[in-house]
Amino acid sequence: MSSLTVRRLCKRFGGVNAIEDVSFAVDTGTIYAVIGPNGAGKTTLFNVITGIYAADGGEICVDDADVTGCTPEELARRGVSRTFQNLQMCMNMTAIENVMLGAHLHLNQSLLAATLHLSALRKRDRACREQAAALMEFAGVGRYVNSHASELPYGALKRLEIARALAATPRLLLLDEPAAGLTGRETAEIDELIQKVAATGVTVLLVEHNMKLVMNIARRILVLNHGRALAEGAASEIRDHPDVVAAYLGARGSGRWAVNA
Amino acid sequence: MSGAQRYYGLAALVLVLAALPLTFPNAYYYDIAIRVLMNAVVAIGLNLLIGYAGQISLGHAGFFGIGAYSSAILTSHFGWRPGLALLAGAAVTALIAFAVARPILRLRGHYLAMATLGFGIIISIVILNEARYTGGPDGMAVPPFELFGWQLVGERLWYWSMAPLLVLVAWGALNLIDAPAGRALQAIHGSEIAARVAGVHTSRLKTRIFVLSATITSVMGSLMAHYLGFITPDVAGFFHSIELVTMVVLGGMASVFGSIVGAAILTLLPQLLATFEGWETVAFGLILVLTMIFMPRGLVPSLRLWLLRA
Amino acid sequence: MLAEFIQFLFSGITIGSIYALAALGFGIIYNASGVINFAQGEFIMLGGMSAVVLAAAGLPLPLAILLAVAVVAVVGLLLEKLAIEPARNADIVALIIITIGASLVLRGLVQVLFGKNTRALPAFSGDQALQLLGATILPQSLWVLGTTVVIVAALAWFFGRTRFGKGMLATSYNRLAAQLVGINTRLILLGAFGLSAVLGAVGGILITPITYTSYDAGIMLGLKGFVAATVGGLGSGVGAIVGGLLLGITEAMTAGYVSSAYKDAVAFVLILLVLFFMPRGLFGAKVSERV
Repeated sequence: MSSLTVRRLCKRFGGVNAIEDVSFAVDTGTIYAVIGPNGAGKTTLFNVITGIYAADGGEICVDDADVTGCTPEELARRGVSRTFQNLQMCMNMTAIENVMLGAHLHLNQSLLAATLHLSALRKRDRACREQAAALMEFAGVGRYVNSHASELPYGALKRLEIARALAATPRLLLLDEPAAGLTGRETAEIDELIQKVAATGVTVLLVEHNMKLVMNIARRILVLNHGRALAEGAASEIRDHPDVVAAYLGARGSGRWAVNA
Repeated sequence: MSGAQRYYGLAALVLVLAALPLTFPNAYYYDIAIRVLMNAVVAIGLNLLIGYAGQISLGHAGFFGIGAYSSAILTSHFGWRPGLALLAGAAVTALIAFAVARPILRLRGHYLAMATLGFGIIISIVILNEARYTGGPDGMAVPPFELFGWQLVGERLWYWSMAPLLVLVAWGALNLIDAPAGRALQAIHGSEIAARVAGVHTSRLKTRIFVLSATITSVMGSLMAHYLGFITPDVAGFFHSIELVTMVVLGGMASVFGSIVGAAILTLLPQLLATFEGWETVAFGLILVLTMIFMPRGLVPSLRLWLLRA
Repeated sequence: MLAEFIQFLFSGITIGSIYALAALGFGIIYNASGVINFAQGEFIMLGGMSAVVLAAAGLPLPLAILLAVAVVAVVGLLLEKLAIEPARNADIVALIIITIGASLVLRGLVQVLFGKNTRALPAFSGDQALQLLGATILPQSLWVLGTTVVIVAALAWFFGRTRFGKGMLATSYNRLAAQLVGINTRLILLGAFGLSAVLGAVGGILITPITYTSYDAGIMLGLKGFVAATVGGLGSGVGAIVGGLLLGITEAMTAGYVSSAYKDAVAFVLILLVLFFMPRGLFGAKVSERV
């Protein structure tokens, strides 16, 4: 069964075809990566899938249900969660509150109940706080459980964002350049975290530039170039695919490429 | 704010409010206190919108005016019971706020500021011009407030009615902040897109908090009208809107107790500068500028931070 | 019928020119810094007030006018130095509140120093009304229109041909890039405030013989100038002029044909309509957010 199916997806900005005729499917419980040179349309693809942009053509199915045209809020309801390339954290809240935000849909959202301080709500909230603390531990940022978001270093914030995305107990998790801006060691830790997440049964779709990371953890890869699918297949196939190498290194690149961080 | 901090804060508030009248030598002090209490309630409501949800409203006095004049007109001209008139005013405000909320809250930054400002000014112009109902620039008299045959007259009664109201509103606001809805609210300020992908219906929540703070303001407008016994169109004016924003900004954005402090300071200030009208304006202006430059978070949060570091 | 229409049209274009000057002022500061200067209206008021006070002190009118413009220019520079620069990194809400605060300070000081009375300036070339197709036109109106045209031409020359002006344009397109090519953006910002102050002051001086001035005249003028700027498209020079004239004419027509009591509401209804349906205005640039 596939967790995510994308068929002939298109998105235009004015005269530019940011993505055109892109199709792929992600199997449940696997890690799937989307790679490509800068400007290939990877983040646009993400933004269309997660409802931030409306698609101009094609369809998107999550767990075999058509979600084309759904808003981000609706997708959250369907078990889709994501992180952002530019880190969208709420720096006006504490670290744990950021994670608890992720669990929003599981909690009582009513303004009235909130104002009245109902004990059922308080109990649920306490439980949510404990779960959030556990998630922070899982993501490797447990030591910041009492900190304010503004106190966390960049690497920790990246992992906190993943914790927030997990708080929603998603079935499909989209990670937009989770290793961007991280040091070698931090990248290895993110690598480990993503594999831990996938091991719990969550389907992971990630956009990444870091080839070492991608080749290490992704089972299947989609290569985008100029908004179109250049190649799609198992990681080992993509690694040696001549078109892919040409797109990255130029037509005179050798058949194999040195994978570096 | 931790649960313990909240309870201590509320307890302190209750103690202060209970003990304060013992220091009042005459009715004048009660009068100031009542105004502080009323402004504090409005400030708390406005803070939810500005400080927590990160929006801005330069036209909130318009809602105050709608409440005040609804009560005044319905009781004076049409003989309605004050309680019903207050509810009617609140309902009208809620409807109007709901109607403008969606289009206005799609805007951001200075566009949002200008839209709310424009809205507030339109209301004050209408109030000023419909003299047949509102008495125009000269204002109109308002009968005393009455509920189930019991008249709310006299400073003492008003004080002991408004004090519990403030405690109630503060308690409600503190509860709200700590709950998922409150987190969602702050998330809108922090990163609206993050809130949306977490499943928060941000436009709906923004609308609701806008309507809530508008309604609170309207209710207090009605009460103020009955308390003063007389209202003039400047209760809906631009300067009053700025006063309300200043209370929130000075006392502390995203701080319930900050709003109370801000309301207290800015209600007392005109009393101290009573004879120096121009200076009052200058003082307000300086407070706004200096607070935003040196203490952008406001008094109470800055003080709290300073105490934590010390 | 026609005479009436022409009269309204003329008074609309006259006040519209002042709104246009104010809108240009808003646009210049907005382009240089992204700040909306809510104190712009006070520049207008200060221009008229200073000229009145200086003329009343015995100075000949032309000298009083020049000095008044200079005074307001200095005020504009001070505003930038004392209130805007220290808060350079604050968020939009904070900056809005700061400029509102500054406008209160200016207004309050004028109230304290000069009282609440309405003041007038003598018309530049007398009160003898002129006749045009049966309509009565004030000579002062012609001064307003003529000066505005000259100023707009001067601005076009300034932005198109002088280094400083071009530097200002460059800063508005991309501040960092401008800094990187050696443009002193701090000076540009200072200059922007000074220039906007001058534009406001000139507008205020021009209109005072017709509408008089008082300590609180700045509020409405400033707000309406902002409305004009938004209608035309924030940051666009052409937009500012079109927006100003459009607002002025709509206002005059409403006052003449519908109701003069609700004349002031026109601007604010207009801005709500624009913000709801066409937020970037007639000539404004499209703004998008990257996620």
